[in-house]
Amino acid sequence: MAEGENEVRWDGLCSRDSTTRETAMENIRQIILRKTEYLRSVKETPYRPSEDGPLNAVSLDGLNKLLARLLMLSKRCPFKDVREKSEFILKSVQELGIRIPRPLGHGPSRFIPEKEILQVGSEDAQMHALFADSFAALGRLDNITLVMVFHPQYLESFLKTQHYLLQMDGPLPLHYRHYIGIMAAARHQCSYLVNLHVNDFLHVGGDPKWLNGLENAPQKLQNLGELNKVLAHRPWLITKEHIEGLLKAEEHSWSLAELVHAVVLLTHYHSLASFTFGCGISPEIHCDGGHTFRPPSVSNYCICDITNGNHNVDEMQVNSAGNISVSDSFFEVEALMEKMRQLQECKDEEEASQEEMASRFEIEKRESMCAFSSDDEEVTPARDVSRHFEDTSYGYKDFSRHGMHVPTFRVQDYCWEDHGYSLVNRLYPDVGQLIDEKFHIAYNLTYNTMAMHKDVDTSMLRRAIWNYIHCMFGIRYDDYDYGEINQLLDRSFKVYIKTVVCTPEKVTKRMYDSFWRQFKHSEKVHVNLLLIEARMQAELLYALRAITRYMT
Amino acid sequence: MEKMSRVTTALGGSALTGRTMHCHLDAPANAISVCRDAAQVVVAGRSIFKIYAIEEEQFVEKLNLRVGRKPSLNLSCADVVWHQMDENLLATAATNGVVVTWNLGRPSRNKQDQLFTEHKRTVNKVCFHPTEAHVLLSGSQDGFMKCFDLRRKDSVSTFSGQSESVRDVQFSIRDYFTFASTFENGNVQLWDIRRPDRCERMFTAHNGPVFCCDWHPEDRGWLATGGRDKMVKVWDMTTPRAKEMHCVQTIASVARVKWRPECRHHLATCSMMVDHNIYVWDVRRPFVPAAMFEEHRDVTTGIAWRHPHDPCFLLSGSKDSTLCQHLFRDASQPVERANPEGLCYGLFGDVAFAAKDSLVAAESGRKPYAGDRRHPIFFKRKLDPAEPFSGLASSALSVFETEPGGGSMSWFVDTAERYALAGRPLAELCDHNAKVARELGRNQVAQTWTMLRIIYCSPGLVSSASLNHSVGKGSSCGLPLINSFNLKDMTPGLGSETRLDRSKGDTRSDTVLLDSSATLITNEDNEETEGSDVPADYLLGDVEGEEDELYPLDPEHVHPEEPEYVLPQEAFPLRHEILDTPSGPEHLQDKADSPHVSGSEADAASLAPVDSFSLLSISHALYDSRLPSDFFSVLVCDMLRFYAEQGDVQMAVSVLIVLGERVRKDIDEQTQEHWYTSYIDLLQRFCLWNVSNEVVKLSTSRAVSCLNQASTTLHVNCSHCKRPMSSRGWVCDRWGSGG
Repeated sequence: MAEGENEVRWDGLCSRDSTTRETAMENIRQIILRKTEYLRSVKETPYRPSEDGPLNAVSLDGLNKLLARLLMLSKRCPFKDVREKSEFILKSVQELGIRIPRPLGHGPSRFIPEKEILQVGSEDAQMHALFADSFAALGRLDNITLVMVFHPQYLESFLKTQHYLLQMDGPLPLHYRHYIGIMAAARHQCSYLVNLHVNDFLHVGGDPKWLNGLENAPQKLQNLGELNKVLAHRPWLITKEHIEGLLKAEEHSWSLAELVHAVVLLTHYHSLASFTFGCGISPEIHCDGGHTFRPPSVSNYCICDITNGNHNVDEMQVNSAGNISVSDSFFEVEALMEKMRQLQECKDEEEASQEEMASRFEIEKRESMCAFSSDDEEVTPARDVSRHFEDTSYGYKDFSRHGMHVPTFRVQDYCWEDHGYSLVNRLYPDVGQLIDEKFHIAYNLTYNTMAMHKDVDTSMLRRAIWNYIHCMFGIRYDDYDYGEINQLLDRSFKVYIKTVVCTPEKVTKRMYDSFWRQFKHSEKVHVNLLLIEARMQAELLYALRAITRYMT
Repeated sequence: MEKMSRVTTALGGSALTGRTMHCHLDAPANAISVCRDAAQVVVAGRSIFKIYAIEEEQFVEKLNLRVGRKPSLNLSCADVVWHQMDENLLATAATNGVVVTWNLGRPSRNKQDQLFTEHKRTVNKVCFHPTEAHVLLSGSQDGFMKCFDLRRKDSVSTFSGQSESVRDVQFSIRDYFTFASTFENGNVQLWDIRRPDRCERMFTAHNGPVFCCDWHPEDRGWLATGGRDKMVKVWDMTTPRAKEMHCVQTIASVARVKWRPECRHHLATCSMMVDHNIYVWDVRRPFVPAAMFEEHRDVTTGIAWRHPHDPCFLLSGSKDSTLCQHLFRDASQPVERANPEGLCYGLFGDVAFAAKDSLVAAESGRKPYAGDRRHPIFFKRKLDPAEPFSGLASSALSVFETEPGGGSMSWFVDTAERYALAGRPLAELCDHNAKVARELGRNQVAQTWTMLRIIYCSPGLVSSASLNHSVGKGSSCGLPLINSFNLKDMTPGLGSETRLDRSKGDTRSDTVLLDSSATLITNEDNEETEGSDVPADYLLGDVEGEEDELYPLDPEHVHPEEPEYVLPQEAFPLRHEILDTPSGPEHLQDKADSPHVSGSEADAASLAPVDSFSLLSISHALYDSRLPSDFFSVLVCDMLRFYAEQGDVQMAVSVLIVLGERVRKDIDEQTQEHWYTSYIDLLQRFCLWNVSNEVVKLSTSRAVSCLNQASTTLHVNCSHCKRPMSSRGWVCDRWGSGG
């Protein structure tokens, strides 16, 4: 059978016009039924020459992919008609005796119980518009979006920026953009993002060979590997020599505009990897590990489900943990608020000396490296994404521990608002504006609530989190008293922040659960937004400063 | 005049003297401020705080205010200001949020006077009241402005901008109680110092942060603001709604703005990023800076006019750790370098010409073209009302239209589309292009391609037929032919073959017939060399019959006027494009079909456009064994320049691409880039996107190949409904998947 006529076109489903969607859906239905019929006929014929074996497997594999995608649509499409129709098709396929997939795990996040997360179909108008936009742009509604929708205001800006970076006007070709996304996500072994972008990369016509490893990609992209590595783990080491090396490499050189685009993409995906691990994002339903074709029988239940999804057992733990420590954590919140109030009041009275202030920063910087979790769980088994990065040993290193002297980066000398923005906007118009808005929203986002309390000014807490992250990268604000961080962020919280920002692949559900136990999930997601934006800004500042130095 | 008298009193009867000079600081500067005696300047930065005396020939360090055991953040200055009433009083804004005042009159080494630690965040700006000795204002990142009375320990009043960071605060010079503040969110607020509860007025001045503002020293209520959006705006605050009076677009975010003393419309700006220069703008002329100071190697962070009534001395501090004094007379003046005349061609040969009024007036006395019937093109002159730049030179814009159909450029489009530039052996490319040119009746071009082929390709490839045909005759003049290149040195104004052939005497008329365009342009050469008995008349007579309005009757009238229209390479000389096309094809056909014209000549075969290589093919047999093709590269380059100068950048660029390395090294990068950009510009005007992109791709010039790397978006419209196709794939929403 000719592949051409069975080529499934999904793009019609992204349309906002319901008749277009209906036509597209009908096409899909017919193709799937045809394939199903074909498979059935093959199966029923008692004797086939052996050469048909692999062919059969191939077409079965193809069909399974389609079915997985339909399953995703039936759960995650913002349009009700598509959801229903997808489900209907799946049912009819099942009636023909073909095994259909079912989703694995429990919702978009392993850390957050599914019932806490907004169900597709029950969103309000604003969120629906966001979902529809996202779906129209990407052809899917990914788990990240579903978790971020706790904060629709931010999500809107996030999606706009991401859409612009990946699909709108920019100096880099589309497949380069996705490949850079893959490179960046792979630095943190984030198979979730890698899978998504491998699909996108192939969809926009990328060469599958490149996926076998960076050494198969063009030299130009290979050159970017070093920057990717340094940026992800030790951005303070970026010098103008790095930049010069990329810009002056004969026929493999980057133009300044391309480089800025690449840098923005790299930092975006480094931070997004942090978010993915920080919120325990589950694999997409239609990707590997997001669904299974096995029936839900108890006997072969465990393995995949336990590694992939949160589980009843897990949830019980959470609940029980929550119940036991209710009084404890209640006091935690109370204590935190009390501290904030004190800091607010005594601010004017007791003034620390200059030396004191400086040493507080140093102490915080030094301590931030000790804030690693003691339970060094070994990382997940090596995934095939590891092929994308050389030199896995090169991880986040704390400066002081390794005895190298890193001069403190002073925000008053080079900051995003005054300097970074202008540079980005000059070389990659409009993106500076978009990122600026995103930083703004993330930094200023507040609902004036803290756990069960209302009308709380959380600015002090948010600033402490933001500055703590920058402090880990050696970025200092002259006008900040780093003693506040110690008062406001307790150890388990610091461990979590540190892990999410620096070694996201090591985040565990226990870490997620053990900080701010009384806070809502939406607040923990909010924290994650601060983390990823602060991280992105820190990386950007170092990269852009190097570019500025190169230019002057 | 009142103004004059004030100047002299202010200067104490003696004018400022000095020269452009700079001195090295130990650290990057963040801000500078001048003492009212105009003889001292204070420089402040993260790790520098010094006072320099401005002497005749140099800066002399006078005082280091950074004293004490350990560097303190209180000394890490974001801003510094010197009191304009009291020579001993300074104030600094520290990055940690402290406001410090300094009393130079203190006997001890430490001049620090008072410390205000009320702001929670970095203080961005401090400002003394212009007439009140004890009033200091500060604006901070925390969104508050505070007013201090230096006789008290605490602030007198606090103003809340109800927004994030205050970027600048400035007391009005004219209104005792008023000050302006600018904000990170683009707003400007006007406050009355007595009313801290709310601002008098607020408006959005810029998109993005407003980094700076400055009150006009003379005009009450004029406020200049500069922002991250790269604009400088001048506001009239006297009206009930702040009115934008002027807007200057700079090339980088504006970090500081300062009105120039004694020049009502001048202000100086410097940028925060990327651009290191200081510009002085006339706000009425927002596109070209009036003056430019280019001394600094890193961004300029502080600027100050040395004396409030002297417009000539500007001081500046920079991140490159230097302090500079700039003299206005040493400034570079981009206006002087700018070409005051502008000329532009429309797609169909219309010309727009803008020049100073005076120039146009002088020219129009001659009135050479308008209404001149003999002239090739019918010109209409429309005078648009020039924008009044009161006080500056005003200019006039003239638009000349060609008669419809006169300037057909179809030959250009056809050539561009049909030329092959790469992907085949050189010989084939040359042949192909020669064929294209010939078919379009551009025989001179065709011959050039053929020659190139002969020069650069091995002789074996030349068809034997053409060899046989021409060798017999040409053997006697083959060598002279080469010589003729060298001798005549290809002076512009004459096509190579034209001259070559003429040197052979008997082939002159062929040339004329072949290259009508070349002849037209150069028929004066004809006269001077051999006497133009036949060609010019013959040719013109021929054309006249068809479109007599459009063509010159008398070639002699063509030349004197030519300078009026001949352009630099980037545009087309109209004469060329117009004469070439309409006459070309008919001509050729005419000649080829009429044996009685060409048949009389022995070389008739060389006219036949298809399969002969013309007379020149003879030459190869003679030189190929002796001369390397390098020998010709100078000639070829001259030829390219010739074409470019004639306005046929198409030819120049095409040959450049086809020959590639063979000639590239002999032509300087800039010229090549110039040709490429001109050609690409033309191609794009004719919507020949594919060709233009191919050219960009094939170009070796760095700047050119960057052109198609700025963006990857392709906007597609549906061919049915002309609407942009927004969704993915090649399917229009409206026409559905069937489309």
